[in-house]
Amino acid sequence: MADITTSHYIVLSALIFAVGLFGVVTRKNTVIILMSLELMLNGTNLAFVAFSRHWGNLQGQVFTFFVIAVAAAEAAVALAIIIALNRVRKGVTLDEATELKG
Amino acid sequence: MEGLGIQLAFYSFAAVTIGSALLATMAKKIVNSAFALMATFFGVAGIYGVLGSDFMAVTQIVVYVGGILILLCFGMLLTDRVPDEFRVRSPRRYVGASIAATLTFVGLAWAISGTAWARLPHITDGSAEALPTTALIGNALLTDYLLPFEFASIVLLVVLVGAARVARGGTR
Repeated sequence: MADITTSHYIVLSALIFAVGLFGVVTRKNTVIILMSLELMLNGTNLAFVAFSRHWGNLQGQVFTFFVIAVAAAEAAVALAIIIALNRVRKGVTLDEATELKG
Repeated sequence: MEGLGIQLAFYSFAAVTIGSALLATMAKKIVNSAFALMATFFGVAGIYGVLGSDFMAVTQIVVYVGGILILLCFGMLLTDRVPDEFRVRSPRRYVGASIAATLTFVGLAWAISGTAWARLPHITDGSAEALPTTALIGNALLTDYLLPFEFASIVLLVVLVGAARVARGGTR
């Protein structure tokens, strides 16, 4: 086996990102779409940390810290919207969210 | 043989991460997705550990497993009326998604493997060479990044109040 280089970590992060993208596009339940979004964010975070290590520079890890904070905020708001959608439409699949179609 | 240990750790954590990520996106029941997602978060935390960023590994576990996943579980419990099976209702959509995800990954991997990372100019200031990184990150957050740090706390406060308002519903 070859040594683990930065490329290994970045390829792994791209793979996690692609799996998350697949989930976002295929699933219909909004909760699972949210989970897949978190997967994509995890992939990008991994790239940030890998570059931070590669260049011996702390900025990538600090940025990951802020990405995690924003991800938590995003999850809270999205779940509030999902619960509101569930109350109005009795279901949480994307087909339910057609209110703006008029 | 320190190198072999690193390789072993990297490949096992990578296998756990990718396997459970695939399971999370394709599981038949939402509960299985949530548990697979937990394994994914732990796997990513392990990769952070292999990378030597201990603070991010712990933050990953505390915030993602202890916070976001619990939130997702509450969302799942409060809304799950129709079990969402992973049905291939329209194969075209499934095939299209597979192609899109594969193309994304192949494009990124092509760009990554075509870049000679080792020959890029180093912009290091030596700030992340030492271990543990917790004190370094704490110093950075309270000096260079103080404004974004405080701003993040305000964002979180506003978001939580707003989320409670939206989830509770109308003016009753």
